[in-house]
Amino acid sequence: MNLLDIEDLWVRFPTRQGVFDAVRGVSFSLGRERLGIVGESGSGKSMTGRAILRLIRKPGIVEANHINLEGRDLLQLTEREMRSVRGKQISMVMQDPKFSLNPVVTVGEQLMEAYLQHNSGSKSRAKKMAIEMLEDVSIRDPERVMRAYPHEVSGGMGQRIMIAMMLIPNPNILIADEPTSALDVSVQRQVLNIMDGLVKERGMGLIFISHDLNLVSEFCDRVLIMYSGRIVEVCEADKLHQAQHPYTQGLLNSLPRLDDKRLHLSVLTRDPSWSDAPSVRG
Amino acid sequence: MTALEIKDLNVWFGHAHDRVDAVKSAGLNVMQGESFGLVGESGSGKSTILRAITGLAPHWSGTIRVEGEPLYGAKRDRGFFRTVQMVFQDPYASLHPRHTVDQVLSETIRLHGLDNIDKRVTDLLNDVGLGQRFRFRYPHQLSGGQRQRVAIARALAGEPDILLLDEPTSALDVSVQAEVLNLLTDLRSQRGLTYLMVSHDLPVIAHMCEQLAVMRSGEIVEVMSSETLRLGKPNHEYSKQLLNASVAPHQ
Repeated sequence: MNLLDIEDLWVRFPTRQGVFDAVRGVSFSLGRERLGIVGESGSGKSMTGRAILRLIRKPGIVEANHINLEGRDLLQLTEREMRSVRGKQISMVMQDPKFSLNPVVTVGEQLMEAYLQHNSGSKSRAKKMAIEMLEDVSIRDPERVMRAYPHEVSGGMGQRIMIAMMLIPNPNILIADEPTSALDVSVQRQVLNIMDGLVKERGMGLIFISHDLNLVSEFCDRVLIMYSGRIVEVCEADKLHQAQHPYTQGLLNSLPRLDDKRLHLSVLTRDPSWSDAPSVRG
Repeated sequence: MTALEIKDLNVWFGHAHDRVDAVKSAGLNVMQGESFGLVGESGSGKSTILRAITGLAPHWSGTIRVEGEPLYGAKRDRGFFRTVQMVFQDPYASLHPRHTVDQVLSETIRLHGLDNIDKRVTDLLNDVGLGQRFRFRYPHQLSGGQRQRVAIARALAGEPDILLLDEPTSALDVSVQAEVLNLLTDLRSQRGLTYLMVSHDLPVIAHMCEQLAVMRSGEIVEVMSSETLRLGKPNHEYSKQLLNASVAPHQ
């Protein structure tokens, strides 16, 4: 059964120049799989992720036929009910740990809070869970890290702490929005491997939002390619390099490659018909 | 001729027990017309080398020679800035938000002590592929790629010989990155420029540079040709790790 089912999702922002549609009628479903969403900045990929959790701030408007989470339409829930969905059933890892961890609270307290928000239990139980979780994300010496403040840990460690925090309430779905873009390549892979392992082990659904085509094709099962608020193509991740849509091909070709030496990189020429074509179901 | 010669360069920040040695006895030579890359993780000191050259990192020792002339301390004269210019990583942060493109470029030209400002602004905008309709726009009316083109135009205003490029495309989308890298390739061949380019992206460096140095915690661990990198044959263990981490297995 599908964990998440989205039908005709729109995200709109009223501006002085009229209404801007950031996401335009996107439909897709998520099973127990790793689903990648790729696209350039402004393609609506992050907005799609945020709209699922109803994290679009006013005056932004989220509309959809339904966003069904295991049969329950998230758009019909009250804000209070929504709070029990966020974290507990669907959680989200953001791009930069520097901005998503509270700088004046120790890592340990933040992890324990994540547990106690959704579980009734003692503080000592929360502490035990937090330490176990830190071990799961391959943090050596978790006792010390529990006492540390966010500025005392490196970027890669911060992002692993974020992942630990998001997985502590044991959600079914993890939305990762550019989880490794702020990290160095060598650390990137390590963080992704940890996330990947945990998602597989727990049988979760993962939505992996990224601008990096190679990373997505390597770490996902299925990929949605977004362009100006719509899905232009859906493909199996390992067949991304055989993608059919000229936009996807253009993006792939514009990357410099170590095995292909050339004087000029090929440049993407945009066709207005790409944004007019109806959104593909994913 | 050697455009840029760096010998035994040390750069540090803070003093006594707070001292951080950001660059440790680094050395490199960039020939005129060559493009040289610096790669490494964040904190490895690659940008600090560029900042030491331009005088933005005041505490350094060793030798830096630009076209044979040695540099001292952190003060740079007008002649230096006519020879060496820098393009920064973040085009959003490196342009004055309340100056139009025209103001940015004409002020730079005036500071270089050049005449014929109007014609020069026109030419610069054409050279970086923006054209005249962008001349009176503010940075917030430009996309990231367009802003980086303005930053490149500003660097070219004094007709320098050497450009220091600090991650010039890492804030851009891949399609825009391709356009900006193509522009840099063309400008180099048209103007005979020398590049010293910093990036964490190995394919970008291999595409743009003939030679590169791999840095780790302030030290240059290996200097190699891009060809060696393309063939996957670096010598140093760390360079191999870096290469493995940045190439997807199926490629």
